[in-house]
Amino acid sequence: MKIISGLFALLMLSLPVQATEEALRFDNEAQRQLYQQLTAELRCPQCQNQNIADSNAVVSVDMRQKTYDMIMQGSSRSDVLDYMINRYGNFVHYQPPLNRYTLLLWLAPLLMLLGLFALQLKRRRQQAAEQSTEQLSGLSEEQPSAALDAELDKLIEQYRSKK
Amino acid sequence: MRKLMFYMPLALFLALALFLLSGLFSNPMERESVTTDKPLPAFDLPDLMNPAKRWQPQQLHGETFLLNVWGTWCPTCNAELSYMTELRQQGVKIIGLYYVLPTDPVLGERFDLAELQADVSNKLQQRGNPYQFNILDFDRSLALDLGVSGAPETFIIDSTGIVRAHHIGDINPQVWRSKLAPLYQQWRQQDGAQP
Repeated sequence: MKIISGLFALLMLSLPVQATEEALRFDNEAQRQLYQQLTAELRCPQCQNQNIADSNAVVSVDMRQKTYDMIMQGSSRSDVLDYMINRYGNFVHYQPPLNRYTLLLWLAPLLMLLGLFALQLKRRRQQAAEQSTEQLSGLSEEQPSAALDAELDKLIEQYRSKK
Repeated sequence: MRKLMFYMPLALFLALALFLLSGLFSNPMERESVTTDKPLPAFDLPDLMNPAKRWQPQQLHGETFLLNVWGTWCPTCNAELSYMTELRQQGVKIIGLYYVLPTDPVLGERFDLAELQADVSNKLQQRGNPYQFNILDFDRSLALDLGVSGAPETFIIDSTGIVRAHHIGDINPQVWRSKLAPLYQQWRQQDGAQP
């Protein structure tokens, strides 16, 4: 029983792995890592939200092949990204550049955080204000009734003078 | 101020609902092409029916035309053949870019030109032939350079060989009238004006 539950726990620890089927040969480990990084970062233009490592659409197969060829010819990471973006646009890279169209996208998390801080600050102030009025209310209980009395007197006066 | 805060969740909910609603009617396949307003990429590819003849971009200059990316394996492409044949009869010049599917040698698949030619002429006889001729993109290199993500896709190329429009999806009467015909006419009219 213990063995079974132990095996089950092991199963729970397994991680999803994205594997490409092709057995590709690289000259060194750096090239292999670059290939894996790029195919995970490049987005399949044909599919709904899949990277090219994960997709078997014809265009993804071609883009993987091109990435491999370029790496084997000594291209750098930015060479490959530029090549793909020149053909498929910024859509194709999962890391959008910072420009005036994407400014809001990049700043949104920061703005939300600032908004939360502002809200929290306001709450604190409100609570502090409420507490101080509570403390004061014991002392100023007479004041409103005196003011109301004066107003009532005035109204009675008006009513009498009309008669 | 307090009243404003009271309506805040409702306002946020309405904004989110509106955003999601607009998403329902948007086309997720639509994206801006970055290969338009640039010259046709360099290529040197054989003619599908007569492989001895090779095509280069310069040979396509002189007249605005549609470059239609297609394959007999693609049902949507087959469906648009008959309407495009009508367009050809109206005088629209259409050139095909044949998008060959990759073959897997492991599964015993291999590229057979004669078989492909028979398949294509059979299909064009059935559905109509909109093409002046077909360029055979056997390794999809021109398709990759043009930013093609699948078939069918159609480009409008002007008389100087500059890509003027990139349409992802099929050509039907509605798409032609509302999107492609105005652009085609516009560049067609400038054909004579440019040297």
